Amino acid sequence: MVNIGCVIKTPGNTKNNKTGSWRTFKPILDKESCIDCDNCILFCPDSCINKQHDIDYDYCKGCGICAYECPSDSIEMIQEESD
Amino acid sequence: MVDIPDKNLLAPGHRGCAGCGASIAVKLALNALGENTVAVSATGCLEVMTTPYPETAWEIPFIHVAFENSGAVASGVESALRIQGKDDVNVVAFGGDGGTVDIGLQSLSGAMERGHNMTYICYDNEAYMNTGIQRSGATPFGASTTTSPSGVASFGEDKPKKNMPMIMAAHGIPYVATASIAYPEDYVNKVKKAAETKGPAYIHLQQPCTTGWGFPSERTIEMGRLAVETGSWILYEIVDGKFEITYRPEERKPVKEYLAPQKRFRHLDDELVEKIQKYVDAECKELGL
Ligand SMILES: Cc1ncc(C[n+]2csc(CCOP(=O)(O)OP(=O)(O)O)c2C)c(N)n1
Ligand code: SF4
Ligand code: SF4
Ligand code: SF4
Ligand SMILES: [Mg+2]
Repeated sequence: MVNIGCVIKTPGNTKNNKTGSWRTFKPILDKESCIDCDNCILFCPDSCINKQHDIDYDYCKGCGICAYECPSDSIEMIQEESD
Repeated sequence: MVDIPDKNLLAPGHRGCAGCGASIAVKLALNALGENTVAVSATGCLEVMTTPYPETAWEIPFIHVAFENSGAVASGVESALRIQGKDDVNVVAFGGDGGTVDIGLQSLSGAMERGHNMTYICYDNEAYMNTGIQRSGATPFGASTTTSPSGVASFGEDKPKKNMPMIMAAHGIPYVATASIAYPEDYVNKVKKAAETKGPAYIHLQQPCTTGWGFPSERTIEMGRLAVETGSWILYEIVDGKFEITYRPEERKPVKEYLAPQKRFRHLDDELVEKIQKYVDAECKELGL
């Protein structure tokens, strides 16, 4: 339904759109070697790494920025498998 | 260190390209501003990717207006809030480089002149990306775009980048800064200062774009870093007319290191690269870098 002025009254509802399906490479984060620098959290364009360094694969697009910017090589990008 | 908030104010699920620098730009700005903020955005990638009707990625009040008038609409929002006595609300306007340095220049100039208490952030990806990488006044010399294509007849964009932050400084506003998404601490500090400024504040933010510049998505931050480390983009602020460099590269890298990884500059021959190097050297000398 179209509202007058195209008002959207549901903040943040792009969450309905699971962009994880775009991914061809998947970041795997190793918490053991992580030095907690926050780079991956700060730079993720899709806000999908939380403070506990869990990656939300529902939205991760697999851009690889987190792995590229990790100073301790704690994130590996692995190819997605088709199912 | 930059504080990581418990809640991100730009939700995932938005349609930005994988590795999009514009979403990093906005996410970091909203981290700094907090929930008590109203955002305005001109038409462009940011608006298109964050508000595919009937969805929105914004967790704060947000208004999309036309391509040319985010300065005017943010003025109206600020005035309406002030008249209601709500002067503790941050008003932030975002515009792309096309929306800021070209078509939105007059409405922004008016807003700055009238002295509205707002922060304007130009997220500069150096072309009209949303409509297919057309050149803007902010496209740098030598870059190939769909309307300044390199080929037999041309080497690409033949004019230097318009110096927008200095045009804003010439308005005599209390706060002007340049920033980069690759230096989040510097950027976030500047957004906070801009918000605390009584009166208009302008931040010109360089934002690498994987699609328009032609580099692999994982190198978005690296491109921003190379721009700054080569002196191609200089980080400074002008507070009440006082100019200060906020970050100095330890040793300035050759500009070639920034140009080479990007498809938009790949056609440049040594002579043109040398010309760009001389231009960058002159700019750095002028600003004391
Ligand atoms: C008056 C008007 N002219 C043209 C357009 C088409 N248009 C929409 S977005 C856009 C480009 C925006 O470029 P920029 O401001 O640099 O933002 P970016 O997409 O690069 O983030 C254009 C030309 C429009 N929406 N309105
Ligand atoms: S690959 Fe990209 S989208 Fe996925 S978690 Fe890393 S930075 Fe975020
Ligand atoms: S970038 Fe690497 S070291 Fe830093 S927080 Fe993320 S995983 Fe840990
Ligand atoms: S074209 Fe560039 S600015 Fe636009 S969504 Fe893609 S990466 Fe972001
Ligand atoms: Mg642009």
